[in-house]
Amino acid sequence: MIDFGEILLKYNAIVTVFLMVTSLYIVIAKGNMIKKLVGLSLFQTSVYLLYLSPAKIVGGTAPIIADAIMVYSNPLPHVLILTAIVVGVATLALGLALVVRIQDAYGTIEEDEIFRAEGDA
Amino acid sequence: MNNLMQHLPILQVIVPLSIAVLCTMTKRGNLAWAMAVLSAGLSLAITVGLAQVLWAGPANVNYLFGGWSVPLTIEYRLDALNLFVLFIVNIIALATLFFAKSSVPSEIEERHVSWFYAMFLLCQAGLLGMVLTNDAFNMFVFMEISSLASYVLVAMGRDRRALLAAYQYLIVGTIGATFFVIGIGFLYLTTGTLNLTDMAQKLVSASETDERQLFVGIGFITVGLCLKLALFPLHLWLPKAYSYAPSAVSAFLAGTATKVAIYLVIRLYYSIFAPEFGSQLWPAIEAFLVLSLAAMVLASLSAIYQSNAKKLLAFSSVAQIGYITLGLCLVNFDGLTGGIVHLMNHALVKTAAFIAMGAIYFRIGSVELKDMAGIGRTMPVTMAAFVVAGLGLIGVPATAGFISKWYLISGALERGLWPVVVIILISSGLAVVYVGKVVETAYFHAPTGAAAKASDAPFWIMAPLIFLAGSSVFLGLNTDFNLGLAQTAAHQLLQGLGQ
Repeated sequence: MIDFGEILLKYNAIVTVFLMVTSLYIVIAKGNMIKKLVGLSLFQTSVYLLYLSPAKIVGGTAPIIADAIMVYSNPLPHVLILTAIVVGVATLALGLALVVRIQDAYGTIEEDEIFRAEGDA
Repeated sequence: MNNLMQHLPILQVIVPLSIAVLCTMTKRGNLAWAMAVLSAGLSLAITVGLAQVLWAGPANVNYLFGGWSVPLTIEYRLDALNLFVLFIVNIIALATLFFAKSSVPSEIEERHVSWFYAMFLLCQAGLLGMVLTNDAFNMFVFMEISSLASYVLVAMGRDRRALLAAYQYLIVGTIGATFFVIGIGFLYLTTGTLNLTDMAQKLVSASETDERQLFVGIGFITVGLCLKLALFPLHLWLPKAYSYAPSAVSAFLAGTATKVAIYLVIRLYYSIFAPEFGSQLWPAIEAFLVLSLAAMVLASLSAIYQSNAKKLLAFSSVAQIGYITLGLCLVNFDGLTGGIVHLMNHALVKTAAFIAMGAIYFRIGSVELKDMAGIGRTMPVTMAAFVVAGLGLIGVPATAGFISKWYLISGALERGLWPVVVIILISSGLAVVYVGKVVETAYFHAPTGAAAKASDAPFWIMAPLIFLAGSSVFLGLNTDFNLGLAQTAAHQLLQGLGQ
């Protein structure tokens, strides 16, 4: 019998791990350089979820010192992930720029064709 | 002045970071070069200043951002181990920049030269930040700063394969960094702190259920760092990246990038994890030991079969990284000292070897062994320096490499690990073969083609080459500086373990 309550409780963790594993598989299995980068980007996104899910409290607001605010979420993971998102964007941009240059130099972005052209698979 | 001294730890990172931005604003390569040299010189001066502060008495120097107290702020923390690695990064950066003066304009398009120096300084700033920071997430950010800059640097190589190498380096490096940050996430979720010293204290009071989560975190961190430091068999990105990158980049990365990743392993394992988990970490340490030994033998064997001298040196790097990680796995004073001191010894020697290859590339436009036949007769000083560096790689007495191997062997003997001693000797024998292969090509053939018309490289290339090769001999004979500092570092680390 599937325990739906348990699944709901761990829903975020399950999604995080699913994203993490499938995206890493994309990076390893795909030969197309753009697809690899998409996988890499998804892999980093799964980390954002890993950090953010436990930090958010249901009904919590921003941590402002005021009488009306009693429950608030932990701001630190949010700030960390803001930085990590910037890093992720920079990595993706640089990766795509490299792929553009590779397309110019080799005329293809399929890894197996490039390796064949270089003669070392 | 006194005020300035207080802020030395942060200036160490800010100086290269801000001068890197200035470098992008000029189109003149020589001006950017001058700024980069100024920055590297200042960095080294700051490290010397920090060394004076540290030698004046305190076991460590703490720098709190914005004056907040410890768990709330990012903290920079300096002790003997950081200081040692700071010296490595700064000395190698300065030497490489002198080499870059002639080498870079010959290998990189004029309009990209100032960008090259900007990236170089960003990479250096990232490495210095990783070394100084005592904040886990800050480590990740600096790791990505230095990595992103080094992907760009590798991609600047003339050969189109440099692009491919940079792309593969980017994929592997990003996976490594992401693993690292996943691990940090688990540690943070369990302990609620990112400050490493604070984390070490919180780990002590971790409950049973927390421990499983912590082990997952440590596992992720270890795999991530092993990708970054190119531990066998996660090293495949390294030979390609080093052999197709511009000469100056190979020289700089070979001396610094992997070393800083190893520093992170030492710091996290010895200062943070080990005090709490101790013997529970043995399986991981034994796996490390086996992989280090495999690296020492198999990567050396691969080096022997290379026909490209830079690729040969890159595989040799993987083998030499094995020596360093071996030292960490022995977990005793001599072994750890040997590993730490080899960080510097290998950095000096390998950078010298890559600069020698850069000098040859500068003259004949190739580092394929077949094109290098007889080069020892037409470029005598360059090849002589390479031979000295090669002897350092082998670990011949009176070179720096001998000191590290001596300590590694005595550390292994203390643990009663005879097979390890045998493997160290076998690996040294293999180093004789691969260094010998280059030496044989260079000296025992008549020079042909471009090699026949070559002559020793200009001053800016020879000066750092001779300095680095000479320092290998100097540190092999006079061990006060590097060995003394490494021993202090090893002592402090083991003290944390209660040994």
